[in-house]
Amino acid sequence: MASHPDDQSSTKASALPIHIQGLTKKYGRMYALNNVDLEVRSGEFLTLLGPSGSGKTTLLMAIAGFNRPDAGSIRFADTEMILTPPHRRNVGMVFQSYALFPHMTVAENIAFPLKLRGTGAEETAQRVADALATVQLSDLGERGIDQLSGGQRQRVALARAFVFRPRILLMDEPLSALDKKLREQMQIELKHLHEQLGVTTVYVTHDQREALTMSDRIAVINDGKLAQVDTPHAIYNRPVNRFVADFIGESSMLPLTRDDTGKLYFEDHLIATDYQTETGKDYALLVRPERLFMIGDETVDADKTITFSGKVREFVFQGETAFALTSISDTHDLSFRFGTDSSSSQDSMRPGDPVSLGLNRQDVIVIPQTSDQ
Amino acid sequence: MRWWQKPASDTQITHGNRLWLYVLAAIIMLLLVIPTFIVIPMSFSDSQYLEFPPSHWSDRWYIVYLESPKWMRATVTSLQVGVLTMLVATPVGTMAAYALFVSGHRAARAIFVFLITPMIVPVILIAIGTFYAYGRVGLNNTITGLVMAHTVLAAPLVMIVITSALRSYDLDQERVARSLGATRVRAFFAITLPQIKFSIVTAALLSFLTSFDEVIIAIFVSGGSNATLTKHMFAALRDFIDPTIAAISTIMILVSTTLLLATQFIGSRQK
Repeated sequence: MASHPDDQSSTKASALPIHIQGLTKKYGRMYALNNVDLEVRSGEFLTLLGPSGSGKTTLLMAIAGFNRPDAGSIRFADTEMILTPPHRRNVGMVFQSYALFPHMTVAENIAFPLKLRGTGAEETAQRVADALATVQLSDLGERGIDQLSGGQRQRVALARAFVFRPRILLMDEPLSALDKKLREQMQIELKHLHEQLGVTTVYVTHDQREALTMSDRIAVINDGKLAQVDTPHAIYNRPVNRFVADFIGESSMLPLTRDDTGKLYFEDHLIATDYQTETGKDYALLVRPERLFMIGDETVDADKTITFSGKVREFVFQGETAFALTSISDTHDLSFRFGTDSSSSQDSMRPGDPVSLGLNRQDVIVIPQTSDQ
Repeated sequence: MRWWQKPASDTQITHGNRLWLYVLAAIIMLLLVIPTFIVIPMSFSDSQYLEFPPSHWSDRWYIVYLESPKWMRATVTSLQVGVLTMLVATPVGTMAAYALFVSGHRAARAIFVFLITPMIVPVILIAIGTFYAYGRVGLNNTITGLVMAHTVLAAPLVMIVITSALRSYDLDQERVARSLGATRVRAFFAITLPQIKFSIVTAALLSFLTSFDEVIIAIFVSGGSNATLTKHMFAALRDFIDPTIAAISTIMILVSTTLLLATQFIGSRQK
């Protein structure tokens, strides 16, 4: 089990929980946020994940105080913040563009929030040095901003956001300007930094892998509404609707039919017997491509495994994994992904080859077919 | 390879292909500057009248200018009005440009266009309107009135210069400063202002020049002891043709060119 965020809150007393209730923001006739309720636990790393235009940045800016919601409440612990201007919210913030001050050195950038708070020269120097050490830039304090690489700028922006010990840290796609390798390295570093600081963190991204990597919990947002708020594991394995299932990870959907006893079938395959279904609703089987496995000549236990037989339509070798699109009926395909080894080659599967794919019954995910709820 | 066979750019076009363009550009540039520079030799003429080219050389008209209380008085007025216009138009124009840039309001664009109309409307219309309006409130022939009228002309220039500076500036910097604990005012002065300061200096110099070179409004609303240099020059041209005007023009060209070169220099430093 992953450690529960609540376990940490008692030891990291400086972090504040955020309570958001009924938050609504309209631009013209468009709802950027539609009656959003969200609890961010004290000290947790929560990611707002959604496509562009979903409202995730609007929500973050509302927490920071840069936009004024039309309705609803934002409380930091017990204090209502909705009318508090940004400079009195005491929230550290990292922007996508980093927004470092180019007319100041690295150290001056980091000292800026301390200067505003009237911190003494000695303590300022000490805390700037500590912050630089935390982000592993100890020797670069006197550098100008234009002499830094993208990754270094990212770290300076981060140091500036936590040097004044804010109790909440907000980040708006801070890694999206970095290349893939550096981004993955920074994801791990940010995660460690969060553990070290213990500060309540709200992180915005459209990158599902980033969200899965870093978060204690993920809030999936779409069309100004929260679709699901849960741990990365639950979001991936128990998506509540089609949007979440589609947005996170790869998936295939197969429509299900229900018989009088409530059993769910895909064509003539029995999929689930004890799933709680409501009449009048359609359901689908969600299949994660990596949960499928190839079945050779061995016999399988039908109680444990569902078997789909079909033909390979397309095969793509992608390095560490290979991908096969398999048609299992006239109208339905399954995506199948498997790990490669040195014997794998372009020729190990050819379009038209017959193939049997197994799915363990414990990996069966049933979701409502309609995407809205 | 001769110079005309060398490529003039990243394409296959050579300097030889472009020769006609160079000639055309040279002719246009000459046409633009000759009328300006023709007054320089004329100002060093010994003749009683404007004469080109001068038959005898002399600096007597510079002496006449410098020793004439009337011309000196007018010069002081022009400098005074120029500096005051600069001091009013620069902050007013900067504030307007900033407000309209950050507001994002639907009407911002329309207000911007409205505020820069003095650049588009014929100055003579502004002059006539201002003259009658000032007549009612007693601002004709005053420094205050002239500074106000010149500010109307100079503020649009300031707005355009400052808006273009803000376009290349990342407003997230101000937001981040506010999240770090700065009020809006503090964020502007500590973060934004230092980064657009060269544009503000450029805008200030342009406002000064706008006022210093302006003649039409000055003819209408300045007079008496508060008449500007340009108004006196215009009157002098009408009443008696005298090379003193060429001498003054030469000095004004010197001032304007110096200030414009300064703005160019500042602009290149900003990048």
